Amino acid sequence: MSHTTDVVVTGLGATTPLGGDVRSTWDAALAGESGARRFENDWVERYGLPIEFAATIKVKPEDVLPRPELKRLDPSAQYALIATREAWADAGSPEVPGERLGAVISSGIGGIWTTLDGWDTLREKGARRLLPMTVPMLMPNSPAANVSLELGARAGAHALVSACASGAEAIGYAVDMIRTGRADVVVAGGTEATIHPMPIAAFAASRTLSLRNDDPQGASRPYDVDRDGFVIGEGAGVVVLESAEHAAARGARVYGRISGVGLSADGYHITSPEPSGDGQIRAMRAALEDSGVAARDVVHVNAHATSTVVGDLIEARSVRGVLGDDADHVALSATKSMTGHLLGGAGALETIFTVLALHERQAPPTINVETPDPELVLDLVRDKPRALPEGQIAAVNNSFGFGGHNVALVVTSA
Amino acid sequence: MAYTEQEILAGLAEIVSEETGLPADAVLPEKSFTDDLDIDSLSMMTIVTIAEEKFGVTIPDDEVKNLATVGDAVSFINGAQS
Repeated sequence: MSHTTDVVVTGLGATTPLGGDVRSTWDAALAGESGARRFENDWVERYGLPIEFAATIKVKPEDVLPRPELKRLDPSAQYALIATREAWADAGSPEVPGERLGAVISSGIGGIWTTLDGWDTLREKGARRLLPMTVPMLMPNSPAANVSLELGARAGAHALVSACASGAEAIGYAVDMIRTGRADVVVAGGTEATIHPMPIAAFAASRTLSLRNDDPQGASRPYDVDRDGFVIGEGAGVVVLESAEHAAARGARVYGRISGVGLSADGYHITSPEPSGDGQIRAMRAALEDSGVAARDVVHVNAHATSTVVGDLIEARSVRGVLGDDADHVALSATKSMTGHLLGGAGALETIFTVLALHERQAPPTINVETPDPELVLDLVRDKPRALPEGQIAAVNNSFGFGGHNVALVVTSA
Repeated sequence: MAYTEQEILAGLAEIVSEETGLPADAVLPEKSFTDDLDIDSLSMMTIVTIAEEKFGVTIPDDEVKNLATVGDAVSFINGAQS
């Protein structure tokens, strides 16, 4: 299927465990750095946390935002706003009427710091001490609403929630807004700020986190035989999307295109991916069909690959199932090996990585793979970036979430 | 222990500064919360909530609308101290 409206990427912004902006994040990813760090607090002793590390944000919002913004925004919205300001400036601060500008910013979990702080205040000090900003800070649409306020985006402000697929689903929804004529420009992405002892303990209870406490930087190891779970990360990724026509009219720099969006649900289990990969395969096929890109033109896949024992292999088999022999010339990258898992921010950050990989013709590495899983049926980019071919090329970015949400985006070179 | 009017003004100025980003020394008794300091009702309730805890007083909702200026709030808090 071809669309009359092409959607292009004209601005990028991020704040991540690897850096406070896109450039520093991307450079660190190409260099194969890990964003995992040991906790510098008393959580482990105080709460008996079985996990002693996480991929915490590299540049703290306290060093970037003025105090009134810090006080009226949950950290998840702070990260989103920092990434949005970078992306918007990177796009050249386009002149666009508010009615033609959209904001789609997702979070997988929502404002959980604010929620839990509010509960602490209520229990310790009583109802009269709760601040009036508590609800507007904790609501899961707060990042989208604040980005809408920041830019005067009035075509629509949306927050798609699908756990760890949220950031990719936000970008998919933004693409639809432009294709259907609701907006000319949409600021889209995902954010998460969940490195708080309660959600970490809760993720640990679901037995999905790596327990490699003796080697935090080696803990996220997608496709390694000794992988034992994901490393929780935090941060945000935001892109500026616009119709190709709008971007051309203002002479905007184009990084690449979001050419296809594929969505599906497993309807199988609340946390486990469906073993045959049927849902993932349907999402990838739908995205490819939507884009009009042939399997032979796909040269790169940014995998969801979180470093869990079961999930990584199901995805690899799904990619093989969709691309068949054409998967032989695909450079597979699992960037969560470096960033950790940004949950609702992951799909957006990995879309940025995918766009940059095509734009700069190099696939980022996967680190910590000492012994590749013998069942891995794809060509993994290990330790160092790999050059991608010249000409018109395409890539797939996969994002899957607790609940059985599958989102595949097809990205093509500019 | 009761606070002096000067201490209440200084403490309130600090709260308003944190909420608005204005410098604390711009928060003077004659300043109107809405017209001069551009404080909306949500911010005003935030300031009231924090001030109640800081000064150990209760500022009833019905009273907040009477606090037009910083000086009004200082006077009310001063009078409300037990």
